[in-house]
Order: sequence, then C-alpha cells, then structure tokens
Amino acid sequence: MTAALQYLFDALSLGSLYALGALGIALIFGVMRLVNFAHGDVMTFAIFVLIAPTTEAVAPLWVGAWSTPLLVLTVLVAGAALSIVSEWLVFRHLRHATPATTMMASFALGFVLQNTLLVLHSSRPKAVNLWPTLSAPMNLWGARVPGLQLLMIGITMALLIGLAWMLKRSRVGLEMRVAAENFDMARMLGVKANRVILMAFGLSGTLAALIGLLMVSQTGLVDIRMGGPMMLVAFVSTVIGGLGSLGGAVLGGFLIGAVSTALQAWLPLDARAFRDAFVYLAVILLLLWRPDGLFVTSAVRQRV
Amino acid sequence: MNPFFQRHRLGTPLVLCLALLLMTLLSFTGSAGLQRTVTEILIRVVMVVGLFIFVGHSGVMSFGHMAFVGIGAYGVAWTTMEPSMKLLMLPGLHTLLQQADLPWVFATVLGALLAAFVALLAGSVILRLSGIAASIATFSLLAIFNVIYSNWDTVTGGASSIVGIPTPVEDWQALAFAVLAIVLAHLHSISRYGLGLRSVREEPVAAQSCGINAWRQLLVAFVLSAFVCGLGGGLDAQFLGVVNPDAYYLSRTFTCLTMLVIGGSASLSGAVTGVIVLSVLIELLVRFEAGVTLGAMTIHLPTGSQEIVVGVVMVLMLIRRPAGLMRGRDWSWPMRSTPAKANLKARTPN
Repeated sequence: MTAALQYLFDALSLGSLYALGALGIALIFGVMRLVNFAHGDVMTFAIFVLIAPTTEAVAPLWVGAWSTPLLVLTVLVAGAALSIVSEWLVFRHLRHATPATTMMASFALGFVLQNTLLVLHSSRPKAVNLWPTLSAPMNLWGARVPGLQLLMIGITMALLIGLAWMLKRSRVGLEMRVAAENFDMARMLGVKANRVILMAFGLSGTLAALIGLLMVSQTGLVDIRMGGPMMLVAFVSTVIGGLGSLGGAVLGGFLIGAVSTALQAWLPLDARAFRDAFVYLAVILLLLWRPDGLFVTSAVRQRV
Repeated sequence: MNPFFQRHRLGTPLVLCLALLLMTLLSFTGSAGLQRTVTEILIRVVMVVGLFIFVGHSGVMSFGHMAFVGIGAYGVAWTTMEPSMKLLMLPGLHTLLQQADLPWVFATVLGALLAAFVALLAGSVILRLSGIAASIATFSLLAIFNVIYSNWDTVTGGASSIVGIPTPVEDWQALAFAVLAIVLAHLHSISRYGLGLRSVREEPVAAQSCGINAWRQLLVAFVLSAFVCGLGGGLDAQFLGVVNPDAYYLSRTFTCLTMLVIGGSASLSGAVTGVIVLSVLIELLVRFEAGVTLGAMTIHLPTGSQEIVVGVVMVLMLIRRPAGLMRGRDWSWPMRSTPAKANLKARTPN
C-alpha cells in the first residue's frame, strides 16, 4: 500500500512536468500547426535569468537572489516575453509556410537560443539552490513525499483547472478553441488572429518557464542542455495524446510519467539506464495501435 | 544527344560528380589542412545526400537520420579495430565481432547494411504515422539511439569515445563514396519508387487512388537513405578514428538538416550545393572563432557564435526562400534547368 502510494506520487509529479510541457506545445500547435522545437530552449533561457552571465564555474545569483514572489514572476514573464518575441521575429513571417518549414525554423531558433546561452554562460552546469526547505520529505499515509512533489502536483492541478476554465468560459479561451478547430473559419467569424496567436505563445512561454522553475528547484542545477530531453518527452506526449488535442496532450504527459516511473521501479538494475529507450519503444507500440493518438482531432484527419 | 544519356537524365549526377572531383583536385594545391577540410565536406555530402533520399522526395522532415550515421560508424568500429584493443575496450562484443578484422570497404558496407536493417524495423512502424507525427517519432528514434549507445558500456564504450579505429579514408576514398551516394540517389529518384514517392508527397490521396502504396514508397526511401547515411557514418569513423554517441546527436542533425534546407531539399543538386555553401560558411566562422588577424586588429568570436550565425542564416533562408538556393531545380548538362516543381507551395491546412 505504501509502495503503491509512493509510486502514485512519483508518477503524478513526473507526469505533471510532462503534462505542462505537452500543454505548452499543444497550445501553439493548435492555433498555428507549428511544432515548436524551441519550446525546451525557451524554458532554459527563462531559467537562466536566475544567474548572472559568467563563464566561471560558479555563477553569482541575479534574479535568483530576489524575494520569492518577484523571482517567480520575473522568470515567468521572461518565458512569456521570449516566446512572444520569437513569434514576432520568426513565426509571424512563416504563417503560410508548410508545417515542415516552420518545424525547421523552430529547430533553428532553439539552436540559436541554446548557443546564445553557451556564449553567455559557458557549457558547464551551474548550481542554483532555490528553496532548499521544499525538498524536505513529508510523511503522508506512510509514504515519504518531498514537499516539492506535492507542490508540483498542486500547482499543475490548479493550473489545469484554471486553464480548462479559461478555455471553456472566457472569450479568449473560446477564441483559442475555435482557432484550434478551424483557423481560417475563425478569422472569418471575427476572431483576431494575432491576438489569439500572441495569447497562445505567451501562455506557452509561461508554462515553459514554470517547468524550468520546478525542475531547477528539484535538481538544484541549471544546464544549457536541460531543455532538450524535457521537450522531446513533451512532444511525444502530444503525439500520443493526438496532435492538436489539449486534453490529449495532458493525458499523454501523465501517461508517460506513469510509464517512466513504473519502468524505473520494475526494470532490473542493469536495464535501468535504458529506461528512456523503453519508454519511447512503448510509445511506438502504442502508436501502432492508434496511429493518430488517443484523441483524433481535425488537425490530423485528412480531407479530400 | 545520346538518348541513353538523356533518358536517364545523367546530366545532373555527372555535373555534381565533376564538381566534387574538381573540388578535390583543387584541394591538392592547398595545405594539408585544406585537404582534410575537403575530405570532411565529401563525407558530409554522403550524409546529406542520404538524408535527401528520404526527406527530399517524401517532404517528411527526419530528425532521426543521424542515428543511422552513428550505427554505421559504430558498426565500422566493431569490425575494423584491432581484436586486442576491442578485448580491452569493448569486452561485451560477441566473439564473432570480437575477432573480426575486416577490410575497410567491406566493413563500411556492412555497417551501412546494419543501419538499413534498423531503418527497416523502425521505419515500418514510424512511417505509418502522419507527416508531422512521423517527424516527431524520428526524433524519438534519435533519442533511443543515443540512450542505448551512451549506456551500453561493454559494447559501445558508453558515453566515452572509442579510439583507435584504423583511418584509411582520405580524399579519394571519400570522393568515391560521395559519387556512389549521388549515383544511388539519382537511380532512386528516376526509378518508379522515386516517382511514386514524389506523387505521394504532392497528392497523397490521388496517388493512393492510382494504386501507389504510400507506406511502401516511404519505407523504400527510408531504408535506402539509412544505408547511405550509414556509409557516411562509416567514412566519418574511419576518417577521424574516433566515435562517440554525442557526435551523432542534435548538433550534427542540425548541421545536416540546415545544409539540406539551405541548398533546397527538393533536388539532389540542392543537397550537394547546400553542403558546399554551408561548409564554406562554417569553415570561415570556425576560423573567426579561433581568431583572425585583419590588419591591426584581431577578430575573435566567442565559442558558439558559429552555431548562432548558422541558425540565423537558416531562419532567414526559411522566411525569404523556403525552397532553398536551388528551388527544386537541378544542375544539368547542357545548362538547361528543369522547371521548378510546384511541390513547395504552401499546402492549405484543411
């Protein structure tokens, strides 16, 4: 029972990270059919405002030294701002390009972001110790759960409920859902395309920055390459959820979190290093069964 | 003009091969460093042409082909290294591989066949997905390759490099394989498979109604392109003498895709042109990163600026000229360019 509970908390907290990542990608894909490979690097970039740019091994804190509310706000705003700027500079000019072209553009943008960080901060991972008290374990019905895990699950749940409410009830949310369903039709019915797209990019950037914060407070390290693996899992989550489906992306994220945790627990020790390979293998097998993902949306359905 | 020559459109591969031959000959007038650079470019031609065979005709971006390059490279390391060194560094190898000490051409082809076999297995699943989902799945293929090869310590040496691979590959050897890659790509593109795949790219539904099996066309191109990429990997390993799993990961994926896209992914000439143009640019930037003295001042760019410049060039290119430098045309002899194909027109998302 205790073991099951422990497993549940691990799976939920890992799944929350993946779900938030997948949501950020699905939001942009929904309105623009853009597979944003720069998402992970937006996250890394936002998180690097915590430390001052230096090529030394130990970096002094910059935003990281500020008071907690200000720090969180700055990082989130940095993520949103960077995401919006990337829309202005790059993706706005590619509105009518093929998905393959925009995909390549985002891949290139991610590379530029990552190497800008390399120039500013060098390639060494750096220690950033945020809120050390949060990792102290708490006792919950016999399972030892770090406070941070609970916080992560809590934040994710609150955010998901908030976003679901926004998408269902508010005007902006309605516009975003309409745009995701049929962008051209939505524009003809008076939805302001630029506003919806900016909104999607802003939200996605904020989510990216939030994941960054959660990851850093968990590991205590920032690394210019930390965005890549995270982003890849998030992508795979959106694919198994069904490209373009927001709910599917979230579900896909939690599913991958659960499978990863299960494999971590059950794989023999020698095979544990290959965990991610097994996860991707499981994903491919799932896609054999449902090639369009769990929820098929109009984005993948083909019309003749 | 000779009808055989015209019927098989041999002008394009001939011009490309002659251009590469000219480049190789010119390099002999320069320093040893220049010759090494030209060899590197020729090896890149093999890889990017391999990538082109799939991406060019199918229009599906693949982020996973560097896995095939890596598989080819490791295959060569397993079969050509001194058995005593393998015993020391890679104790987990099967005895058959452990004692293998194959001639280099044979080993390169064997490594490429291994890559093609992996592509057959992976492709038969991945290529059932729709275009965008397939691209993301190829990305996870790359991740699977990286996870396995960086952790399978007794067979791949883990995340550290395997050193001591014999290095018989120099300019002529690389040129021969570049020519082979171009010929294979050309034969595929004029075959019924190339034609079928292009029709699937243009109008998937219409192609299917004409009895073309999209999945099979994609798979043929995927396997052939993995084979050519595997050859490129084998050459790379036997040129540098070192293999490392991270050498075949994101950064090389980015470089090769950029070359293909900047040259123009829709034609073979685009792929080769892209490699040459971008290699020259990268070479210049690397020189600037090392520091170049111009008159009184020394220009010294920080590490990483090469990638930034290449990335920015790529983004500008995608915005300004998404069909690449060649715009789907081919160099040909006599200088008559085939009309640009309409394949790169924006497809309306339904």
